[in-house]
Amino acid sequence: MSGRESTEVASMNPALPDREITHISSALNSATAMITEQLEWFGNLGIFFWRVLLAAVTPPYEWRELVRQLDEIGSKSLPLVALAGAAAGVVISLEARYSLSRFGAKSMFPATLVYSVIEVMGPIITGLVVSGRVGAGIGAELASMKVTEQIDAIEASAINPYRFLAATRILACILVLPLLTLAADACGLVSGWFAQSLVEPLSFHQFIEKGFKGATFNAFLPPTFKTIVYGLIIGLVACFQGMRTRGGAEGVGRAATSSVVLASLFLILADVVLVKFILVVFP
Amino acid sequence: MATTHDIVIKPGGKKQDAILPVVSANALYKSFGGNRVLNGISLAVGSGETLAVLGRSGTGKSVLLRLIIGLDQPDAGYVCICGQDIATLTIDQLGEVRKKMGFLFQHAALYDSLTVAQNVAFPLQHNRRDMSRSEQCDRVAQLLAEVGMEGDLDKMPSDISGGMQKRVGLARALALEPEILLLDEPTAGLDPISSGEIDDLILKLQRERKMASIVVTHDLHSAKVIANRLALLDQGNVVIEGNFEDLEQSEIPLVREFLKQS
Repeated sequence: MSGRESTEVASMNPALPDREITHISSALNSATAMITEQLEWFGNLGIFFWRVLLAAVTPPYEWRELVRQLDEIGSKSLPLVALAGAAAGVVISLEARYSLSRFGAKSMFPATLVYSVIEVMGPIITGLVVSGRVGAGIGAELASMKVTEQIDAIEASAINPYRFLAATRILACILVLPLLTLAADACGLVSGWFAQSLVEPLSFHQFIEKGFKGATFNAFLPPTFKTIVYGLIIGLVACFQGMRTRGGAEGVGRAATSSVVLASLFLILADVVLVKFILVVFP
Repeated sequence: MATTHDIVIKPGGKKQDAILPVVSANALYKSFGGNRVLNGISLAVGSGETLAVLGRSGTGKSVLLRLIIGLDQPDAGYVCICGQDIATLTIDQLGEVRKKMGFLFQHAALYDSLTVAQNVAFPLQHNRRDMSRSEQCDRVAQLLAEVGMEGDLDKMPSDISGGMQKRVGLARALALEPEILLLDEPTAGLDPISSGEIDDLILKLQRERKMASIVVTHDLHSAKVIANRLALLDQGNVVIEGNFEDLEQSEIPLVREFLKQS
């Protein structure tokens, strides 16, 4: 091939310069590493969950620690959850009154408030508030124990840390979330009724009668009990992130933050799936 | 594995009757990232024996203890406790083996939300449920009296000094009346007087209880006081193992340097 022909061929098929190839290769490697890291995280979470499950169902059971966690996670979250539920109730009340007035459907207000609070806002608000308070608390506590070798000391004392630390906290989260949700629902309904009554007086008895008219247990129990899944997510993610912490004080901070962020994210995603599941199973 | 009737000759050492090992580490390898910390280490300790593991910082001494109690897993090799390979055990089975072992962590690792008494009671509450509350309290008081902490039952770990925390950690390690005691740098960070007190305490407990002990330390003086045998680690290998006279008579340059600097 002559020199001019080879130049023409090269211009028709320009090869990528080496620097471009290096950049693309580096980006691909980074993406692969990131995907692998995420898959490893899920894999390790699965292994952790299995160990906790095995520990939870085999004796000796840590009843005292479970009761202590029920108090720590349940009783001490109640004021915050109640306040959040009440605030959500007021917001829904104000928005619902405005929207329903526009469509001439003010009479639907009690039912709208009841269904909105119990089926939607109550569970998710409770889940997110508990995720923030309890998720961060568990994540930071266990991370701090990890970096100071306290978890190792528990293990060295012939005590299964999956049973004593993780299973008790996860079970406590599972048990208290529905109860806290009921509390948030109650506060939301009362505050919503109160906000409405300031504008258009309505007795609480009338409000409850109209709001729950035609309602069945199928309408309200599944949304409340879906918070059991929320509790599992919050407890599992927080314990997992806490017990695998490395890196001293910075690691503790990372564990606390990641516990809240990941628990909240999975909780919201789970809500999407669970809402659809409930609509299909409990039409 | 040596039996009670075998005669064992160690390199550079003397003939001695073998003691059936209560703890044996066999060809242990461990790496962290690309850094090999243990390079095929083998050690054995019999009942009533105290082995001091010496070496510079970062030579894998603490890692060795963690492998022995099963807090970490070796890349290769195995650990036997009372004849059981701990790698074959489930978490709960390993827990049963750990009831025979006491571990004193380098920084004591006390539970910072519990008092001194609660820290020592913790292993009893979870492993000795056959004991009544008052029996557990009596046992805690006895253990704390043995380590000289009988007046500090209600104090929090943050309220006591490092030396006192080590004493409480030692009491906690002894709570289940172990046959094996593992001590990770028991005198690290302590002043000479406190170090001497800890050494005396360990010696007294060993005489009374006849446990198999492994003490990890870089304090040669402390090792000389409390140990029957010493093993010097370097770059993941046992450079020499024997009694203090064996180390003094050794011609190995590292050993001579270690003795000179101690």
